[in-house]
Amino acid sequence: MSIHLETDVLIIGGGMAAGWAAIAAAQAGARVVVADKGYMGTSGVTAMGGPNHWWVAPDPARREEAIARQSGKAQGLGDPEWMARILDLTWRYLPSLAPHYPFGSDGAGGTYYSGVRGSEYMRALRLAALNAGVTVLDHHPAIELLRDDEGRIAGARGHALRARLDWEIRSHATILATGGNAFRSGLIGSHTNTGDGQLMAAEAGVALSGMEFGPSWSISPAWASTRTLPYTGAVYYDADGRELDIPPSRAAGHAHNRALGHAMLAGPVLADLSHAPKALRPILRQIQPFTPAPFERRGIDLFRDRFPVKLFGEGTIRGTGGLDLTDAECRTSAPGLFAIGDAATRELVAGANSGGGAVNSAWALSSGRIAGTAAARESLARKGASAPVHGLGRIAIAPHHAERTIDVTAIHRAVDHEIHGYAHVFTRDEASYAASGERLEAIWSELSAHGRARGPALVSLRETAALVAGARWTIAAARGRKESRGLHQRADYPEATGPTQRQRVSGLDTICIHSQQAEFA
Amino acid sequence: MIAQILADKCNNCAQCVSVCPTFVLDDGPQVPVIARLDACQTCYMCELYCDRQAIYVAPDQFAPEPGADPLPHLGVIWRDHGWDRPGEAGHLDEYRKLGPLLGEGAEIAARRYQAQRRGV
Ligand SMILES: Cc1cc2nc3c(=O)[nH]c(=O)nc-3n(C[C@H](O)[C@H](O)[C@H](O)COP(=O)(O)OP(=O)(O)OC[C@H]3O[C@@H](n4cnc5c(N)ncnc54)[C@H](O)[C@@H]3O)c2cc1C
Ligand code: SF4
Ligand code: SF4
Repeated sequence: MSIHLETDVLIIGGGMAAGWAAIAAAQAGARVVVADKGYMGTSGVTAMGGPNHWWVAPDPARREEAIARQSGKAQGLGDPEWMARILDLTWRYLPSLAPHYPFGSDGAGGTYYSGVRGSEYMRALRLAALNAGVTVLDHHPAIELLRDDEGRIAGARGHALRARLDWEIRSHATILATGGNAFRSGLIGSHTNTGDGQLMAAEAGVALSGMEFGPSWSISPAWASTRTLPYTGAVYYDADGRELDIPPSRAAGHAHNRALGHAMLAGPVLADLSHAPKALRPILRQIQPFTPAPFERRGIDLFRDRFPVKLFGEGTIRGTGGLDLTDAECRTSAPGLFAIGDAATRELVAGANSGGGAVNSAWALSSGRIAGTAAARESLARKGASAPVHGLGRIAIAPHHAERTIDVTAIHRAVDHEIHGYAHVFTRDEASYAASGERLEAIWSELSAHGRARGPALVSLRETAALVAGARWTIAAARGRKESRGLHQRADYPEATGPTQRQRVSGLDTICIHSQQAEFA
Repeated sequence: MIAQILADKCNNCAQCVSVCPTFVLDDGPQVPVIARLDACQTCYMCELYCDRQAIYVAPDQFAPEPGADPLPHLGVIWRDHGWDRPGEAGHLDEYRKLGPLLGEGAEIAARRYQAQRRGV
């Protein structure tokens, strides 16, 4: 027995990008199904975060100034037209959530819109989507895309975890909203963010861009990833109580993380938050109600006691990379397939730097609205047409050789080492990328030759494959960009070299790099 | 990781089974069953969504900590979110201070670092 459904627009993933896309597509008159691996409302990094959206009033001078500043941060790789588009859509649509989200005061008699608390925000998006008539399928991870005989993406297959049944959903347009790849770093809320959408799209021939711009990191207690609000003023000590020389995060960026990472290699690093702004203490639990729990439940006063910390990798979430887009409506190179939010590249709006902090959520909202509207239009024009389909998934589904048990734990450990190993990730050079690339290729070959599973085990094995694929694209792209720029820092090429190149990475068994001069440089 | 579902508080409504993003829990005869602990991401969402404050999530995300006394912590996350008072406005009135406080912390760190450099 299995589940068969048919719809106009299928959205894979149920985070903020999916929510905005679902509402837009339903408003445009389409039948919409959202299938999330977890629960739309609690899964994904939006739900555990508190996205502050890029927010600039529609005053031409102020918008122009904001775009100029963001273009500077993007270091030649941002597209001012995309930036203008996401500023406009965010400003117009975020307040439309007011019936479901209790926006707070701006302290001056008005409403504060730009920053929202993740748990209430995602609860509101779920409610708004349900009210708009969207069908939400929780615990329905997608496994592979379907293609019809005309070469269009025509839906997906997956597994319903709670019902223990396989599902197949046929659609006229499909949107990937599966989020970024956190490489199972333990980053808050990211367990389901394994880059599945990138893997599925790559099997349909879609390339990625911006993959070299990462990783970024968040500091947290060593036993639990938390939000980082209390840490900006932190002072760090070694186990003997000697203060460590750590340049501050805002100004130093890479050097801050490198100093912390290297200190952590030498032994435990303890944080002292007693210098945090005084005004934060009484209101931390209102702003970020999840942050105090990991301390209180261990009897630690976070603003008084020193405690061990760890850097949690943020993968492509606060990096930039994702599926490459071919037009201003978020289409990919595979007909019928759209990509939005962190599943897509953020290079268009964040360039060489992290879009975390404001731009990424404005992107997730706007790309969702844009793709939802376009997918509805495209699918309604195609109603009725329904050609035979076949699944595009190969890795872990149809191995080249005989099935063999795969040591998934060892693979996760290896990916973690290549992407997060403090000893090499802060001082990368050609030889170090080559060595990482070779080790990951050997893992991929083994998986590709022998990996095979069914049902819930297939969901997990495909996650493992997506982690390895994501790591390989990251390393290949970083190796391909022979300069340092923004988040991409190399020890052997420490400067940015012109002209500004945009780089795409593609392929699974064989990985290719294509460079071309950036049009907006 | 999720540590306890308290049978004397739980009414087996299965809300936690539904909302867990990583599908850790299964339906059970009296209370839900913690079936896949290794998938728990320590996100506290099951606690937040439980109307009966019957769940305790232990703070370590890498290892189970079964021994802790949950009583002082039950319902704290739910109340801090204001979910015990759904009709009351103003839960999010302090939220606007997040950005400025982040900036203030960064300035404190920068000033301190510079002063130290000058001292050396
Ligand atoms: C701690 C933190 C703080 C942040 N703060 C800010 C900020 O202040 N400002 C800002 O602009 N940005 C911020 N960001 C970034 C911002 O949160 C993201 O850009 C945004 O939430 C992305 O939304 P999304 O919908 O693309 O992804 P997500 O919210 O991660 O959603 C992805 C969804 O896809 C689902 N999924 C994955 N695989 C599958 C599959 N195979 N089948 C079905 N579903 C699947 C997941 O379960 C998940 O629900 C922050 C990020 C973090 C981690
Ligand atoms: S949500 Fe609470 S009351 Fe409902 S089943 Fe879970 S633990 Fe029990
Ligand atoms: S803490 Fe999060 S992941 Fe763990 S059981 Fe609860 S809801 Fe699920």
